Amino acid sequence: MNAAPLFSALTFWLAAWALNEWLVRHHFQSPFAQRTARLAVPLLFGITILVLWEGIVRGFDVPSVLLPAPSAIWSRLVNSIPTLWADFRQTFLKSVITGYALGCGLGFVVAILIDRSPFLQKGLLPLGNFVSALPVIGVAPIMVMWFGFDWQSKVAVVVIMTFFPMLVNTVAGLAATSHMERDLMRTYAASWWQTLVKLRLPAAWPFIFNALKINSTLALIGAIVAEFFGTPIVGMGFRISTEVGRMNVDMVWAEIAVAALAGSFFYGAVALVERAVTFWHPSVRGGQA
Amino acid sequence: MEKQSFLTDRLLPIGTIVLAIIALWYVAAAVLNAPFERDNAARNGTTITFSELLPKTMAQDRPVLPAPHQVVAELWETTVDKPITSKRSLVYHAWVTLSATLLGFAMGTVLGILLAIGIVHNRAMDRSLMPWVIASQTIPILAIAPMIIVVLNAVGLSGLLPKALISTYLSFFPVVVGMVKGLRSPEQIQLDLMHTYSASPAQTFWKLRWPASMPYLFTSLKVAVAISLVGAIVGELPTGAVAGLGARLLAGSYYGQTVQIWAALFMAAAVAALLVIIVGIAHTAVLKRMGERA
Repeated sequence: MNAAPLFSALTFWLAAWALNEWLVRHHFQSPFAQRTARLAVPLLFGITILVLWEGIVRGFDVPSVLLPAPSAIWSRLVNSIPTLWADFRQTFLKSVITGYALGCGLGFVVAILIDRSPFLQKGLLPLGNFVSALPVIGVAPIMVMWFGFDWQSKVAVVVIMTFFPMLVNTVAGLAATSHMERDLMRTYAASWWQTLVKLRLPAAWPFIFNALKINSTLALIGAIVAEFFGTPIVGMGFRISTEVGRMNVDMVWAEIAVAALAGSFFYGAVALVERAVTFWHPSVRGGQA
Repeated sequence: MEKQSFLTDRLLPIGTIVLAIIALWYVAAAVLNAPFERDNAARNGTTITFSELLPKTMAQDRPVLPAPHQVVAELWETTVDKPITSKRSLVYHAWVTLSATLLGFAMGTVLGILLAIGIVHNRAMDRSLMPWVIASQTIPILAIAPMIIVVLNAVGLSGLLPKALISTYLSFFPVVVGMVKGLRSPEQIQLDLMHTYSASPAQTFWKLRWPASMPYLFTSLKVAVAISLVGAIVGELPTGAVAGLGARLLAGSYYGQTVQIWAALFMAAAVAALLVIIVGIAHTAVLKRMGERA
């Protein structure tokens, strides 16, 4: 056991905690300082976790097969950028983005199509809700069998996973307008299309973006897990499963870091677009994302 | 609000859609499996007529898409005909998955509730933890699943616990988010009332915040239980097809046993439905006990 790194990590933790408590309680005069403080608190917490992790790994001499230190993961990540980039392109740019766009687009279009038929809605909605609760990821082996090992099969899995949340949320969003508002559109002699574009779609945006945000994480999970069932020799899921087998755990963590960054940026991008589109919504006007 | 009729609002539309899906499935099975039979016939130097082709597409050993009745037959054979202790029984595999799911779900729920209580009562925890709880879910957690399994195996933990840990990781998130919302749902006026009673924080918690959070808790639990089943299934993939529904999926994909894959999928769907229904029943029971819609 190695006491020095462990104790310095513990000290850092306590200091960061105290600082956070102070930052939260203190009221700053200038709005800029106030905003910085609000950002600093979670950031400091994240750094603390990394420091504690590093300290524990070094302090207890944890073998890197079990848990590599953040510094080791970082150096591995920097050293194998070409591999990581190839995996990222295969999994994220080819499978995730294509599948996400297709699945969400399809869900949206089907929701609009069944909008005029209450019968189809009553039939499809409970099924859609049911399917959302199912382990849809299980279709991955079937899709790999049907569409081959390359990215097409991953796209198929992602499409199936993202379709139903989008369908259910869009239908719920299209029903979100009140009778009053729809009656008003009627008194304007608005056609079904005009009502849809000018009233019901804008009202549905919060619901649709909810689905888009859920789907952004689902899509990445779907693509990675589908690669466990068979893939060409590139891809994030492939790299993770093979490097685990070779006990290169630092490479696995590097891959996970890339996946986490990609997932967070994807989610963040969707959230930013949401803020721009639904600027009128109370949750945005209140200053909270 | 117009009165809901079970027949015209539930049974008829859902039944129609389900029948349509089954019909489509049969057509798709015929279309997808036909090339194999045609190839077979061509290899034997014969031509095959459509009426000969059709029944054959419904009874292949390793079809591209098994017909529904094949899946049902496989399900029946592996659940009812086999003794449940047999390694070939789907009930046995479903039980393996279910036990990991339940353990993970229970741990995730407890962890989620504890975190939520901390977040509600401590501002520093709220500010520093909440963004990371949300960020933790943008990470494809399932991607880490194989590593967690292998690493824990190396430490000597194997069997139920590693899978349950993955389920825990997935299921704590909806519980935290729902419970934070729920514990904060009492209005200021109600909190002030507790204050005038000079209630201690513990009393405020047990008598006001906790009961008020129940509807939120159960809504989250429905999501959490479904997602912890997914976690358990994926957790079974890297262990090399030992036991469980995920192992059945993997073994089926290795050996091209499509019927087995579909049977495992339907079993997983049934387990998921069962779990969600049980949570739903508990939801109504608790709310009724609390006097809602008495």
